[in-house]
Amino acid sequence: MKNKQILWRGEMTTKATLFRKGLAFLSGGISWLLIFLILPGLLFVGVSFATRGDHGELLWKFTIENYERLMGFSLFGWTPDYLIILWRSVEVAFVTTLVSVILSYPLSFFIASRPAKSRYVWLTLVIVPFWTNMVIRTYAWFYLLSPELPLAKLAIALGFIPEGTPLYPNAIAVYLGMVSVFLPFVTLPLYSSVEKLDWSLVEAAQDLYSSKFRVFRQAILPQTAPGLSVGIILTFVPAMGTFVVPDLLGGAKYMLVGNLIQQQFGSSRDWPFGAAVSLGLMILTMISLQIYSRKGKEIEIL
Amino acid sequence: MVKTFGKVEVLKTVNQEVRAGEFFTLLGPSGCGKTTLLRIIAGLEIPTSGNVILGTDDITSLPANKRHVNMVFQSYALFPHLSIYENIAFGLRSRKINPDDIKRRVEEGIEMLGLGAMRDRMPDQLSGGQKQRVSLARALVNEPDILLLDEPMSALDAKLRAQVQEDLRRLQRKLGTTFIMVTHDQDEALVCSDRIAVMNEGQIVQCGTPEEVYDYPCNKFVAEFLGAANMIKAKRGTGGVETDIGFFHLDKMPDWSEGLITIRPEWIKIRETEPEQNGVLATVEDSVYRGTNYDLFLKPGNLRVRTSAYKHFRTGDKIWLELTAADLVALGE
Repeated sequence: MKNKQILWRGEMTTKATLFRKGLAFLSGGISWLLIFLILPGLLFVGVSFATRGDHGELLWKFTIENYERLMGFSLFGWTPDYLIILWRSVEVAFVTTLVSVILSYPLSFFIASRPAKSRYVWLTLVIVPFWTNMVIRTYAWFYLLSPELPLAKLAIALGFIPEGTPLYPNAIAVYLGMVSVFLPFVTLPLYSSVEKLDWSLVEAAQDLYSSKFRVFRQAILPQTAPGLSVGIILTFVPAMGTFVVPDLLGGAKYMLVGNLIQQQFGSSRDWPFGAAVSLGLMILTMISLQIYSRKGKEIEIL
Repeated sequence: MVKTFGKVEVLKTVNQEVRAGEFFTLLGPSGCGKTTLLRIIAGLEIPTSGNVILGTDDITSLPANKRHVNMVFQSYALFPHLSIYENIAFGLRSRKINPDDIKRRVEEGIEMLGLGAMRDRMPDQLSGGQKQRVSLARALVNEPDILLLDEPMSALDAKLRAQVQEDLRRLQRKLGTTFIMVTHDQDEALVCSDRIAVMNEGQIVQCGTPEEVYDYPCNKFVAEFLGAANMIKAKRGTGGVETDIGFFHLDKMPDWSEGLITIRPEWIKIRETEPEQNGVLATVEDSVYRGTNYDLFLKPGNLRVRTSAYKHFRTGDKIWLELTAADLVALGE
């Protein structure tokens, strides 16, 4: 049976030849993934079960202590510190994504409604921040939030912060920084969906007595779901692990899991614990995406 | 009523009354403003000036979702993520009608348009004709004051189109709902309508029953847009007009001194001998077989004559024609 001639896209061939050819085409990609993703990944899992030596070196002694520590168990009893950091990361990623989505809808519709020529100018304006390093962009917020500028002055006048202090470090500064970093990741894919929108469906919904919310829910949301989905994943996943923005704008008290990981591999020199935290982050991200895809489908059906 | 987009005046002054319960058709070439007019009635466009009056109410500034007017879109615009049943129920659900009534009315709609087998399918599993029926049902279950149809048959093939024309007409007569249809297809307009408004360049040129607009076109545009028409240049004489191919008596004299007279190809009669009045001796230039008839192209005067399929003529044949005074129409500007 294996050598039976079959017709595949206008070519006479056999199943075995097709399989060999396919494998040959895929071999590059497969080996890349194997060498740079799967092997290091496995090594990583291994490291997370290893022990830290007294001077920060790696000892290949099996232990589950790293995971116990992540869950908050230590010699001194249970503290939720690390769990709080993990939860805060989910929260920050969620709020960042939500705010980016809420801002991206009007932005995408605005750009899509411009004449074809100026549309590209607007799109470029969305992309331009990408050309600057994220650290520099984050530092820019230091200036924008400094005590001499109106934003901080307003906050001082309203009595939120004492005289002469900047508007950072705090949670709001982190969100400002995060949203400004991730907004294009939602806007660009969403725009590509909005641009292709079939307006006759919007008009049909209006014609059929829909309220504004129902028009959005039934005519716009289902049509923009593909772009929205890409945007949400592109924002949520990296936002979970980000560390530059919270580090600079959130201060030492506002630690996210990204900062925790960076600290373990950096100053603390505790690779095994860092690996355990990283795996924890990965699992949390996967669970979040799973919940999203389930809920997302429910919304589709609704 | 006037509608302008930017600097372009799409609709010039339009002043038209549609009677309750009639099948009214806006007929015209693309770009004549007929769709804009329909969208203004639907509330999807706002006129630059003028009013839309429904019954005794001025609905000009009422948004589309508050108007008791529903539309069958050219592309059908079915919601792709909803089943056929849910598509039909859409308007009723928007209005938060009680679930038992929704069920009853959707079932009635499904029944009326023969969609029983399709209720659970998704729009992309339907053919063009089926989608069109769903679109009709979706609009009609709302029992609108006016049903608007935007080129409802443009996406159907010729055979199905003829069927749908008859179905639409029958449906409208049965329901008694006011239908306003937009089309560029003269057959569609003639078959379905109680009255036709022929539009050109943002204005209604002529409005009347299909017989009126076809038999007595008011100008060259209407005569040529609705079917074939022979155009003959003429000068006004006594009791008739003088033309290059002879003098013709007319029943209704024109109000111009120089202009055009017209006669439909199928109304020209072929005679064995010279007729008493309005006769022309012509030579057959070409004869085209069209199944139901032959189209003859004749000299002089570039006359076009429609004969039955049994009458065959050869190029060069000489025949007598009678252009009856009652069938000759003098066209206005």
